[in-house]
This record gives sequence, C-alpha cells and structure tokens, in this order.
Amino acid sequence: MNRMPQNVDSTQAIAESDAIAVERTLAGDRDAYRVLVERHSHNVFRLAYRMTGNRHDAEEVVQEAFLRGYQKLGQFAARSNFGTWVYRIAANYAIDRMRQRQKEDARREAPRTESQDGMEDDPLSRVKDEAPTPERLTQSIELRKQMEQALTALSEAERTAFVMRHWEGCGIEEIAAVLKSSSNATKNTVFRAVHKLRLALQPFVETRAQARAMGTES
Amino acid sequence: MKHMTEEELIAYREGVAEQRAVISEHLAACKECREELERIEAVLSALDTLPVPDPGADYGRQVWREIAPRLAEKPGRWWQAWLQPRRLAAAGAVIALIAGAFVAGRFTNRGGTGDNSASKEQVRERILVVAVGEHLGHSERMLVELSNAAANDPKQKEVNISAEQHRAEDLLQENRLYRQTAMQEGDAGLASVLDELERVLLDVAHSPDQVTPAQLEGIQKKIEARGILFKVRVVNKELQQRQEANEPAPSQNGTTKGERNKV
Repeated sequence: MNRMPQNVDSTQAIAESDAIAVERTLAGDRDAYRVLVERHSHNVFRLAYRMTGNRHDAEEVVQEAFLRGYQKLGQFAARSNFGTWVYRIAANYAIDRMRQRQKEDARREAPRTESQDGMEDDPLSRVKDEAPTPERLTQSIELRKQMEQALTALSEAERTAFVMRHWEGCGIEEIAAVLKSSSNATKNTVFRAVHKLRLALQPFVETRAQARAMGTES
Repeated sequence: MKHMTEEELIAYREGVAEQRAVISEHLAACKECREELERIEAVLSALDTLPVPDPGADYGRQVWREIAPRLAEKPGRWWQAWLQPRRLAAAGAVIALIAGAFVAGRFTNRGGTGDNSASKEQVRERILVVAVGEHLGHSERMLVELSNAAANDPKQKEVNISAEQHRAEDLLQENRLYRQTAMQEGDAGLASVLDELERVLLDVAHSPDQVTPAQLEGIQKKIEARGILFKVRVVNKELQQRQEANEPAPSQNGTTKGERNKV
C-alpha cells in the first residue's frame, strides 16, 4: 500500500492541529481553513487522480471537496479526523464525476458491439484479446496503457474500493461509508476489482517478467 | 491439502482477511498457494508503478486561491455559500432555466393537444440554447482578447492578464453548470465542447496575474492548438440556427444534436 508513511506521533499532531483549525474556522477565522486546504490538497489530489484517471477532473474534485467541506463544516464531528472526512467528500464527488464522464464517453463512442450470443461486449475481454507480443511488451509504455485500460474497465464502485484500499490504505468501514454499502459487500468489491485487474493484466506482467529473465528487456 | 481460494489470498494481500493467522500458517506450508499469491503480488506491484502527476509544491496555495473567493464568510450554513455574488449569478442562470421551462410548460399544457412532453422538451431546450449561446459568446470574446493580447512595449517584461483571468474564473462556474445541464439533457455534443472549453478556462484561471511575453505566447499557443475558438464558434452558430429554426414553428420536432456531435 502506498499511503504516505507517517509515524503515530506526527499523525496525532496533525489531527490535533486540524481540530484547532476546524474550531477556528467555525468561529469565523476563514484563514484557518486555508491551513487545512494547504495541508491536505496534495493527498486529496492523489486520491482524486487515481479515481478519475485524469488531471482535469482531479483538480475539479479537489476544489469541490474543499468547497463542500467548508459548507458542511458545521456537520463535522470534532472527534473525527478532518483528513479522513474531506477524503470521503472527495471520493463521493469523484464517483459522481466518473459516472458523468462514462456517460459522456459512451455517448461519444459508437454503439457498443454485441457478441454472437447477444451478450454485451465486456471491455475486459477486449484487453485480453490483444495478444501480447514480446516486442510490445518490452515497452513499459504498453503495459502502462494496459493498466490504465484495465482500471477504466472497472465499475466506479470497484475502482473506488481498489484505490481507497490498495493505494490509499483506507479502512473497510471508511470505504463502505463512501460506497453506501456493508463491510462484507465492500470486501467483496475489493476482491472483484483485484480479480478483474488480474485477469486483464497477468498475461502482460508474466510475459514482461519472462522477457526480463531472458535479458531482452532492461 | 485444501488450498486457499483466490478470494482469500486477495483478502490476505489487501489486509482485509478475517482469518489472517490461518492463511499465514497455510502459506508457510503450501508452495502452490505461495506461488499463487506471488502472481497476485506481481500484478499489484506493476500497478504500483503507475505514476501520479505532481501538482507542484505550490498546489495547496493554488487550490486556496481558486476556492477562497467562493467561500462564505462563515462556514457551516449551506445557504450562505449561495449568497456569494458568483454563486448567485450561476444559481440565477439555473433558476431562470428551470422557471422558464416551468412557465413554458404551463403554456404548452393549455394547448392540450398533441404531444405535450415533446413541446416541453422543445421549450426547455430553447431556453438552454439561449443561455448557453450567451455563455459561449462571453467565452469567445475573452479568448479572442487573450489570443490578441501582447506587450505594449517590446521591452516590457510582463503582461497583465488579470482581467481575463478573473473572467475565466467566473466563466468556469457557469460552464460547469451548463455542462452538467447539457449532460442531463442528453446533449452529448454540447457537453463535450463545454468540457473542452472548461479545460481551457481552467488553464487561464490558473495562470498568474502577470505573465512574461513567453508565457503569454505559451497560453495563446495552447488555445490555438486545441482549436477551441473554432469549436466554440461552430457550436454557437449552430445554437443560433437552432434558436431561429425553433421559434417560428414550435411544432417542429427536429433536433440537430446529432449534427453537433460531429464537431
């Protein structure tokens, strides 16, 4: 997991300092909110980028998360962690944005093809169909493209669960709150996400590993 | 020996397994399951190499600059945020859209004949067409001015684009609302152009107040490379035509959404 390593003392110090900033903001000191924005923007951007997959949407998510956070600050429970709270707001908005983006993309594209048995074409099967050739796999850029496609092929819930759990190290309860789902269903969503990513990427990863072992890739 | 399922191994890897100790014990004794876990690990490790762009050391301050003018004096009361002048203007546009559609809907209902929902649809679309047309006109003017901006004196080291920057910030708010409305109305072509325009407006709004002639040239090249002025003009022209075509013959059902999708 990639969540920024922080020792317990510094995490606690930040949480305490956040709580003071929240209190001051609620008392009318607008500059205190600035401290919170400047402190948490990078983390929220990282989450938003991983969820939406593009910088433009990620920046919109960050701004909207802090705007909504300010508007709802009265509802923020002092015992909570501001970082976790604004994360949740950002994740919720990112899901809306992803949904909107998918609709836009679907409308832009030609109608989806259907396979012979009448079932809808699964985007993951398209990834798998592209037979990996050693030449293509020697280029890490190709693998990167495959990874981005595989992430895009996940549902919003799967991508959210994977990003929040695997990359951001969020707890299952925290993710469940964003997905408005139970803990067990959320664990299942994490599993489905990793399973789909594995199906789509394992052939590419293995071929690259073989190429490396044979010394054909640096 | 009963092997671990893929679900159990993924849960173990992601730290959400319930019987972690049991799985650890099994893995210590089972080579097959260890290899399976390694294959899962390889995919996840590859995914960990996907980069996240660095928004820059100044990013936190930049976010604050963007949102500060849109914050109410005191937080916590949602209605206060809507009393901000910019929000009021944007909200006004949307309220006008809804109210216009409602009033027009009432009038078309009185006709009582034919397809009322189609008429309402037409009226709502007409109102959206007028509002968006005006917004595109403002955006076009701002972009043209920025594209033509230059240092007054060749020796001048910096050019002030704060006026365009502030206008871009205001237009950004409206653009977001219109893009969302266009999406809800199922107008993908318009939503797509508004999405592209939003990226350009975001770039301009993020620029510093004072830019060097080289930076200004960079912004101008970006605007040109995206062809956004051309797209805005085409869509605006098309909206005007739609407006003209719809006005004399309200019973006409034709729409040009499909045509604009080609832009």
